[in-house]
Amino acid sequence: MAYLELNNIHKTYGQGDNATEVLSNINLSIEEGEFVAIVGFTGSGKTTLVNLINGLIEPTKGEVLFKGQPVQGTSHERGVIFQNYSLLPWLTVAQNVFMAVKEAFPKKSKKELNEIVEQYVEMVSLTPAINKRPKELSGGMRQRVAVARALAMKPEMIIMDEPLGALDALTRGNLQDEILNIWGKDRRTALLITNDVDEGIYMADRIIPLRPGPNATLGPEFKIDIERPRDKTEMNDNANFKETRNAIIEYLMDIGDERKSQAKQEFVLPELSPKDFVNQFK
Amino acid sequence: MKQSITLGKVTKFMGLGFLNTFKDLFTGKLEKEDYINFLRKSVVPLASILLFIGLWHLGAKSLYNTEAEFKIEKALKDQGPEAAEAMRACIASGDTSCQPNTLPSPSQVWTSYKSLLKDHRIIKADKLAFAEKTAALNEKRVAAGKDAITYTGRPSFVDQIFRSLRTVFAGFLLALLIAVPLGIFIGLSPTLKSSFNWFIQIFKPVSPVVWYLLVFMIVKTLLIDSNEDSSFTISFISVGLCSMWATLVNTAMGVSSVDKDYINVAKVLKLGSFQKIFKVVLPSSLPLIFTGLKITLSVAWMVLIAIELLAQSPGLGLFVWEEFQNGANDSNAKIIVAMFVIGIIGFLLDRLMLTIQNAVSFDKTDAI
Ligand SMILES: Nc1ncnc2c1ncn2[C@@H]1O[C@H](COP(=O)(O)OP(=O)(O)O)[C@@H](O)[C@H]1O
Ligand SMILES: [Mg+2]
Repeated sequence: MAYLELNNIHKTYGQGDNATEVLSNINLSIEEGEFVAIVGFTGSGKTTLVNLINGLIEPTKGEVLFKGQPVQGTSHERGVIFQNYSLLPWLTVAQNVFMAVKEAFPKKSKKELNEIVEQYVEMVSLTPAINKRPKELSGGMRQRVAVARALAMKPEMIIMDEPLGALDALTRGNLQDEILNIWGKDRRTALLITNDVDEGIYMADRIIPLRPGPNATLGPEFKIDIERPRDKTEMNDNANFKETRNAIIEYLMDIGDERKSQAKQEFVLPELSPKDFVNQFK
Repeated sequence: MKQSITLGKVTKFMGLGFLNTFKDLFTGKLEKEDYINFLRKSVVPLASILLFIGLWHLGAKSLYNTEAEFKIEKALKDQGPEAAEAMRACIASGDTSCQPNTLPSPSQVWTSYKSLLKDHRIIKADKLAFAEKTAALNEKRVAAGKDAITYTGRPSFVDQIFRSLRTVFAGFLLALLIAVPLGIFIGLSPTLKSSFNWFIQIFKPVSPVVWYLLVFMIVKTLLIDSNEDSSFTISFISVGLCSMWATLVNTAMGVSSVDKDYINVAKVLKLGSFQKIFKVVLPSSLPLIFTGLKITLSVAWMVLIAIELLAQSPGLGLFVWEEFQNGANDSNAKIIVAMFVIGIIGFLLDRLMLTIQNAVSFDKTDAI
């Protein structure tokens, strides 16, 4: 039995005529200690999928099993890093993390809790900013706080919903390494949602494309057999990397073409330069 | 230089940014843009004030003439040409007995303003003298277990202002204590929300006069045994009930529309309901609650005058009413002075609330 299992999941939003099935027939299983990435276009239903796993929403059909038990509501065993960080703007960095730690370890004394907070803030190199509020931090720093908050609760599994999506390329690269470093220490099970194929390949053991919704469903999986720790520059020359990358992009492009040919209506497309188009898949 | 930057920030923060142009005039180097800014922010408002006073002056003068002509005509018709001539002479001489009763001119209002201040100084001195005179006696009375003698003279205009402020703050506090907790409960529970909705919709538009009557009916009966003056109690309760609706509605709205992201955080962290309310829901609705409180305070100040007048509770409202009844020569001018004082205090209260509101507000994009 897998650590996390999704069996024939369907998720429909809305009722009656307005109902749209966002996710159809999703099957996924993740083993303990595995790092899995799911890539997909914006709006394909990735956030819906993670919210099913972390317990914020329930599937319309099918079941989510975590360690063999059906998921019912959220749990401290599954830590979440949200797409938009979701820090509370009226709390400082320390207070944001403290709030989480206090819930996760209700029996610990205030002093112990503060030590944990300091330890995790240190881990994401934010000690100098520990008493600042989110608005005084850059996007990368905010995401670090979100990482610290999720990890400080010592979850067994960490679920990340496009954690680096809003960051510039440089910060993004740095944070990828940081997250991998932290993950490498105790290899907790990790699920990464991303719209960046390269990021998925660089970080994960296994990468699965999500076919765009409505009726999004998971495509074939791609195993990434590149030894850790991985090196970005070296990887660019790695044959396996190139092959996988091309295969995934081709798969995602094919879906795009398929969808286009399926569309009966004619749409007026916005003017896109080729650069934008290629960037979409980076 | 650092000092002036912070000063600039503070004035801007309080919505008094126009003061900065004056400061720039004395400290900074001026560019062409600054001159235009100065013109727009200082000279133009000043000019509009002068224009207003000018128009007022002309209007008052023409009303005065109309009224004077009418008086002379009337004297002519009722008592003949001699009486008419006497009336004309009397009006021209400025004698107070025959002045036309109409909108006072700006200069009359200014004179009244000064005389009110003078009156205040006299009453203040009087009070001090009274306190000195009775100090020894009062000590004895208190020692003997009797009540001290208090000054029972007429309150001055400035005293009236402070009494009004006291009433308005008591009413505001009452509104806050009722509306904020109630709003939180309503906002948290959709059931309460739908069951209270009709209640809010019906009572919100009720006029201050009706609130006053309602409170009067109840308080009068409740305080039937005590011989204390209940007018203050009645007026501050009416002010509170009348003005609390904006806070109630805004609090309920703020609490029920907390950003979904924050709610998701609360769920993922599995916060208990106490933590959720005090650490997530309330802080995130503070800006809306304060918007409500700001409206509440300005409504409270606005209805206060009418309610004081009805309740015969000391304050500016009663002052206006008494002056109107009084019908003395400068009563109209005093009423206009009260009008400006009411307006200016209302403006200052609004600024005060705006400052607090800015301090508790946060920008959601700040955390994303
Ligand atoms: N609560 C909701 N109610 C209705 N529709 C929703 C809701 N949440 C998401 N959707 C729709 O489901 C689709 C997938 O959304 P989402 O899971 O956020 O995609 P992604 O995270 O991949 O960008 C979108 O078309 C979105 O409009
Ligand atoms: Mg998403």
